[in-house]
Amino acid sequence: MPDTNMTEGAYNYAYLDEQTKRMIRRAILKAVAVPGYQVPFGGREMPLPYGWGTGGIQVTAAIIGRDDTLKVIDQGADDTTNAVSIRRFFAHVADVATTTRTEEATIIQTRHRVPETPLEDGQILVFQVPIPEPLRMLEPRETETRTLHALSEYGVMQVSLYESIARHGRISKSYNYPVQVNGRYIMSPSPIPKFDNPKLDRSPALQLYGAGREKRIYAVPPYTPVKSLDFDDHPFEVERWTECCAFCGSTESFLDEMIIDDAGKRLFVCSDTDYCEGRR
Amino acid sequence: MNGTLSSLSPGFADPSHNAQQLFREVLDAFSHPGRIVTLADAPHGPGTISPATAAYLLTLADRDTPLWLAPAFDTPTVRDYLRFHAGVPIIEDRAAATFAVLPHDDADPFEGFALGTDTYPDRSATLVIEVPALGAGPVRTGRGPGIKGEAQFAIAGLDDWFWRQCATNHALFPCGVDLVFTSGSQLLALPRSISVEVSPCTSR
Repeated sequence: MPDTNMTEGAYNYAYLDEQTKRMIRRAILKAVAVPGYQVPFGGREMPLPYGWGTGGIQVTAAIIGRDDTLKVIDQGADDTTNAVSIRRFFAHVADVATTTRTEEATIIQTRHRVPETPLEDGQILVFQVPIPEPLRMLEPRETETRTLHALSEYGVMQVSLYESIARHGRISKSYNYPVQVNGRYIMSPSPIPKFDNPKLDRSPALQLYGAGREKRIYAVPPYTPVKSLDFDDHPFEVERWTECCAFCGSTESFLDEMIIDDAGKRLFVCSDTDYCEGRR
Repeated sequence: MNGTLSSLSPGFADPSHNAQQLFREVLDAFSHPGRIVTLADAPHGPGTISPATAAYLLTLADRDTPLWLAPAFDTPTVRDYLRFHAGVPIIEDRAAATFAVLPHDDADPFEGFALGTDTYPDRSATLVIEVPALGAGPVRTGRGPGIKGEAQFAIAGLDDWFWRQCATNHALFPCGVDLVFTSGSQLLALPRSISVEVSPCTSR
């Protein structure tokens, strides 16, 4: 076996063994062939706990190569703990270039955001997913949710959105907002803010979703319609802010609210650090 | 094994990286149906099957994925090659196959393969169909996930009857088999999600 195959003689390239990568690769191709359907896969133990992106890391490990440039974001930021450690992990085990620039990246692994900069054909967006089943909070039994997906029987989801309107006057779900992929499967977009849902629709980039604890992979191919569920008289809408970003002045991006002193003074800043820095 | 080790054609020169690069090219083909991808690192293979077919199988097949070979490709050389390099079990029963390799003029290419189930549509076969040429022959129009609007593509050696069977396969969505067409070191994928326009019946 060539030396380039091993990293410091300790691990196989990209951490996972070849057999595991083949299994994940097969699952990814099935996921692409059936957009929005959750393909079960043999999830492996990773060197970090569930909830820290084990599903996304396994997907990234199965696709990444030496020619790739990797970007990792956590809530839009390149410089938070989860993003930094995953980026360093792949720089170490997969010998890849890393970047914080959205447009330079060939693979972007993300936790809970879609970059503000529009993605391009050829880029791959890998989502870390905590709970892949969109119906799980409404129906705890896997056998039942699987049957509901098989029959395309999604009334229970519409009822839950209706109940939200009846109780709050509007659909109050602000993140992990359910979508329907290509008119067939209802899918969890992972806990991205609903602000990002329109970016999933007909995106030129390939979207791959990995859930490590639940051992599911699903995908949205490029240019695939992704519709956020709504009602004719309560159409889907995204958050708007009256403020603008305190650093770059953007009125277009998703803003995080920060409390900056004990008197409750607050500031709004872009959640996407790369987008914000690029505008300053 | 019938031959000696020295008579085996080589597999991947650099298994981990060759498989990774080839997988990305295959993923590109699956996520852009109708696009012809050229597999730069495809091994020459044992002959009888094309380099693209050999590359596809060495990249994705292993001991967990039973393979069905059409009689035209079921030679001792091909069997030895795939068993040695991929460790893949070669089986007689179409229904149990994860992958299958067929010629473009197979009498009934869709018959008998696993289609998946309504609850587990991923448990379906992927058919690798060897064709005389990609980018030649009648132009077809495909629509569906991965395609912006519509995609025009041409695959030589497939008759209208094949495309009508293909339409039936698409109608089974989310069940159905996925199709991979190979020629030389080129590959084109048509997942079950893609609808291909069928031309009205004409005399051949």
